[in-house]
Amino acid sequence: MQKRIYLDNNATTMIDPKVVALMEPFFHQYYGNPNSLHKFGTEIHPALHDAFNKLYDGINASEEDDIIITSCATESNNWVLKGVYFDLIANHQKDHIITTSVEHPAIASTCRFLETLGVEVTYLEINKDGNITANQVEEAITDKTALVSIMWANNETGLIFPIDEIGEICKKRGVLFHTDAVQAIGKIPVDVQKANVDFLSFSAHKFHGPKGIGGLYIKKGINLTPLFHGGEHMRGRRSGTLNVPYIIGMGEAMKLAKESLPYENSTILELRNYLEDALLQIPDVFVIGNRNNRVPNTTLISIKGIEGEAMLWDLNKAGIACSTGSACASEDLEANPVMVAIGADKELAHTAVRISLSRFNTKEEIDYTIGVFKKAIDRLRKISSSYEGSL
Amino acid sequence: MAKNDLIGGALWDAYSKKVSERMDNPTHLGVLTQKDADAKNAKLIVADYGAESCGDAVRLYWLVDSNDVIIDAKFKSFGCGTAIASSDMMVELCLGKKVQEAVKITNLDVENALRDEPNTPAVPGQKMHCSVMAYDVIKKAASLYLGKNMEDFEEEIIVCECARVSLSTIKEVIRLNDLRTVEEITQYTKAGAFCKSCIKPGGHEERKYYLVDILRDVRNEIESQKLKENAQKIDLGTLSFAEMTMVQKIKAVDKTIDETIRPMLIMDGGNMEVLDIKDSNDGHIDIYIRYMGACSGCASASAGTLFAIEGVLQENLDSNIRVIPV
Repeated sequence: MQKRIYLDNNATTMIDPKVVALMEPFFHQYYGNPNSLHKFGTEIHPALHDAFNKLYDGINASEEDDIIITSCATESNNWVLKGVYFDLIANHQKDHIITTSVEHPAIASTCRFLETLGVEVTYLEINKDGNITANQVEEAITDKTALVSIMWANNETGLIFPIDEIGEICKKRGVLFHTDAVQAIGKIPVDVQKANVDFLSFSAHKFHGPKGIGGLYIKKGINLTPLFHGGEHMRGRRSGTLNVPYIIGMGEAMKLAKESLPYENSTILELRNYLEDALLQIPDVFVIGNRNNRVPNTTLISIKGIEGEAMLWDLNKAGIACSTGSACASEDLEANPVMVAIGADKELAHTAVRISLSRFNTKEEIDYTIGVFKKAIDRLRKISSSYEGSL
Repeated sequence: MAKNDLIGGALWDAYSKKVSERMDNPTHLGVLTQKDADAKNAKLIVADYGAESCGDAVRLYWLVDSNDVIIDAKFKSFGCGTAIASSDMMVELCLGKKVQEAVKITNLDVENALRDEPNTPAVPGQKMHCSVMAYDVIKKAASLYLGKNMEDFEEEIIVCECARVSLSTIKEVIRLNDLRTVEEITQYTKAGAFCKSCIKPGGHEERKYYLVDILRDVRNEIESQKLKENAQKIDLGTLSFAEMTMVQKIKAVDKTIDETIRPMLIMDGGNMEVLDIKDSNDGHIDIYIRYMGACSGCASASAGTLFAIEGVLQENLDSNIRVIPV
């Protein structure tokens, strides 16, 4: 049988079988609507409370804060940006949003949409290290700044942005602070109180929970015009019948993610570094970003002379799943924005391949992967017109 | 947008078997050297096209004999699977041809040769772009061999490289079909259907001509041409009232009234002016007028005078005219 090795965990993850087991009865046994008065509805409440406890605990939210269930982080991100637009910008109190040039499209495209409505958006450029500094944020804040929205960790490089420092500055300057923590949860500790965030987005399928469910943390006392108007679900903040089995699944996934942090930051980190070290032995292979400032599962490597999608093709043939944000792989045909932003050699902009591990990967898988990489690099460099020393 | 577009990805599933096979095992991969050329008493041509920084680069090697025939060819390529497969097929199509014939091979020929079924594209739309480079490098090699510029091989200005649609074709289609949107141009010509670089600035590749600009310019030409023709017809008296612009209509109405009714109204101490002209839903052309001086309040203003004005305008301009005093 062909091997199937999944190293694209920043795109999505396998749902943990323990999570599935916990969700299962809530599809056919306990299927009531939790808003109903009868027993079918009310008998679900203990399990829902349990799920919310796990979510609150996972990001260290206080009981007065809200964690509102959404369909995904894209919805959470849209909600924050458009909600702040309605609350502070459409009424001319403020006119400015600060973000980075390397956000997920859920932020980037929404910002571009808001620009068409007259919002001023500052896109902070990342530096040579692939990071941004709190100082950059501070310098960009004006009297008219309504919101700072900066991802906790970058999906391409895995680099961790200085969220605690930025939270401190936003608090000091009285500016709302949102972070898209999709790539941080389950990889590094996430503490909303320590980081002084006002809003935080997350998505269950990035930490071994189900797809199609996510959340938005909203600090106590902060108003945010809803994106979904409707019934009185979640006190009217986000209407729509609660997706009970998925909420229960996300709660359990969050609990397991938190429990797995020590494993992620020892065993998985070592496995990632082992893979990275082996690949760096190959001539003209580079890794983007200092590994000490990255989430433990991610490596973005650049293989000179090989276009990223061609590399993915050969890996896929061998049963290995990785990804690339570069040229041909994505439908927009653009160079990897992070590679461009960090000022990598122009020649390398289309050579990036992202490898992202999870707690389900094994040493055997990584050893096999190293072998496949070596073979593929050898074959593709022989084809390459831009790698000297071949053929 | 439609059902089959809603689930993205699946780029590779849309590749033909030939594309996959050539990516896995390119047949004409390699290099040719001066030594190879000397052994076959041929001329060595090495052409580079594209750049790694753009995501695609290809190097083409030819051995050309004294009759201009390409007797051997190899390639190397930096690019995705489609780029590699296209380069491989391009080399195959060159082999055995005269340079002057090879230069006529287009990216569409390369794509066609990669198809498994005659009517099923070898690659998905956004990958068409990758075969363009394979075609450009032939022109580069031919230009080196024949000592010409690459542009010399291009008989027309190509706006959309992927679908090979020329500037003159696009202009003609806009004119003939009175097209008003870029989407319509794409429907009629396939220009802009693939990598989309030629639609507007800011796409994958910088272009000299963009569909949005061509459309705007041709539309402007069409409109001013229409106005010019209208004016000429008026001079000749052959333009119907319905075809006229609003300004022309008002002028025509005023002119007719000046020549017929107005002198009589003025003689009686009155006058009238045209306020507006509208096409009604029931097929009439409604001309709104206002009486002035002695005419306003005159009993005949809503009877005899009105009928006279209406009659004169119907007779001279259009039988559907209805005059409404306000």
